[in-house]
Amino acid sequence: MRLIAHLERARAMKVMAQRSAPSPTISAPPSRWDYALDRGFRLIARVGTWLVVILLAAIVWEIGRRAAGAMGRYGLHFLVSTTWDVGRQQFGVLPHIWGTLYSSLLALAIGGVFGIAMAIFLTQDFLPPRLAHAFRVVVELLAAIPSVVYGLWGLFVVVPLMRPLADAAYQRFGWIPFFGTTLSGPGLAPAALVLAIMILPTVAAVSQDALRLVPYRVKEAAYGMGTTKWEAILKVLLPAASTGIFGALVLAFGRALGETMALAMLIGNSNHITLSLFAPANTLAALLALNFPEAGPKEVEVLMYASLVLLAITLLVNFLGEAIMRRSARRLAAR
Amino acid sequence: MSVAPPGAVAAATSVAPSVADLERSWLEPRALRSLLLTVATWVAALLAAVPLVSVLYRLILSGAPRLGYAVFVELPPAGFEQGGGFGNAVVGTIVMVGLAALVAIPVGVLAAVFLAEFGPASSLSRAARFAAKTLTGFPSVLAGAFAYATLVFVTGTYSALAGGVALAVLMLPTVILTAEEAIKGVPRITRDAAYGMGCTRTQVVWKVMLPTALPGILTGVMLGIARAAGETAPLLFTALSSSYWLFEGWRPHLMQPTASLAVLIYNFSGMPFENQLELAWTASLVLVLMVLVINVLSRLVGRRP
Repeated sequence: MRLIAHLERARAMKVMAQRSAPSPTISAPPSRWDYALDRGFRLIARVGTWLVVILLAAIVWEIGRRAAGAMGRYGLHFLVSTTWDVGRQQFGVLPHIWGTLYSSLLALAIGGVFGIAMAIFLTQDFLPPRLAHAFRVVVELLAAIPSVVYGLWGLFVVVPLMRPLADAAYQRFGWIPFFGTTLSGPGLAPAALVLAIMILPTVAAVSQDALRLVPYRVKEAAYGMGTTKWEAILKVLLPAASTGIFGALVLAFGRALGETMALAMLIGNSNHITLSLFAPANTLAALLALNFPEAGPKEVEVLMYASLVLLAITLLVNFLGEAIMRRSARRLAAR
Repeated sequence: MSVAPPGAVAAATSVAPSVADLERSWLEPRALRSLLLTVATWVAALLAAVPLVSVLYRLILSGAPRLGYAVFVELPPAGFEQGGGFGNAVVGTIVMVGLAALVAIPVGVLAAVFLAEFGPASSLSRAARFAAKTLTGFPSVLAGAFAYATLVFVTGTYSALAGGVALAVLMLPTVILTAEEAIKGVPRITRDAAYGMGCTRTQVVWKVMLPTALPGILTGVMLGIARAAGETAPLLFTALSSSYWLFEGWRPHLMQPTASLAVLIYNFSGMPFENQLELAWTASLVLVLMVLVINVLSRLVGRRP
């Protein structure tokens, strides 16, 4: 009797244990529902990826389509003509192309020097690590400030500061074409300076990456040969990272070409081709930003054509920069 | 011995040229040049930090006096009016950036998942990566031209929607590229363990990859938002500007011209009125504070514990 009671109790416990045991499905293979979900989600992810590709194609297509009329009417003459006269329906963007390239090159010269100096400063143990990190954050925050705020700052801080200097340079060195005019307000020099500040973070960040890619043992080897710190930097590290740094400059140049608001506010919007640093000029991006809001249907076509020109120039420069970066990364990886 | 006085060493070398001068001297040309270059680098680095300090100083100096409750709840003043604010511009910026985020974040994260996990080496991935990289260096004014060509043309009006689309184009590449890096950064072991348990790829993505990569993805999203909030050029001719509220009760007017902080700063900066200029500085201060706070937050979120 006792034995039977015992067995019965054991069975009851077993049943209870089965009931309270964690559900066995936790280790089950994915159900049919899971597989369907999987297939669905992968499809959606693929569609999302396609959307990105389509977006780029759509941008080129849409701008090209709207520009078609103007392209037919003005052809390549558009690129070499210097008049922009809505009343007479004559349009040309040579001054804008010139202003874009000139201001970007000036900015690249200033921003490049400071950016590379900053990159060396932050990667070559000039500072204790924590301070270097703080500096890096400052440089990155420089990139976070909106373009329009730089424009405002340029108008009310940079231009007044630069005016007496520019006028002195004009009086003293007026015979040099670069100083051929006074700075009467907005002009090329303040615009280029602000542009330089805006591209400095790009140069600094990408150059830092390039410098960090140089293996530490290369530097050690240089020190082992008895070089001073700067001999190691100038003769060993910079040549080793030169492709990457060059890529940084090209990418920054691409940014400068497309930068809009600060230039629209500071460059003065005058369609003249001049070498003078203090004369007002114009850029493609500024032309677009300032003329689009009030453009009639005919002018919109022309502006779309100008957009296409800007698109072509920036895409070309960016491809070049990316290609250089990839080559430098591959070269260093192969070492 | 290298610790001998310089004269003695010179005398010694003239007698026995095999003994080199190993003492470091600051006046030696090589050492001097190194020192000069170090000083020059310090100067360059400090000079590079000057603009940030100057911008912030001037913003606080000119913008802070007007900063208060009033500027957030009042409409922009006309011509010679006194007072006023930019409440509608703050709302407009938030709504348009929100619209952009609504489009860019899902598409961007989906694409990043595909790029990092489903088909990293496929030709579609290569094309998408190329497109995203191209869009990173894309002039923002062209995103505006695109939204103008598609939306403003078709609907016949400047609108918050067009502005949002333009901003989405600019936000997308940042989200994709940072999210891809974040997902790729999930340790292989974690991922393989999940596959070893028999998870489907979707389960791996949702239950392992995305939760682990979340800080990195959020960083990218916030950086994208910060960038979009400060963009002016693409809004100038897609959303235009407005002196009225975007909302009427709870109903937003997405299909009419919309104010934004950035465009308001630009418009007011060119006005000859003292009141408007003051408001432009205050609006700049608000915009920069917004952007910097988002930036700093993204750094905090992105930092691995």
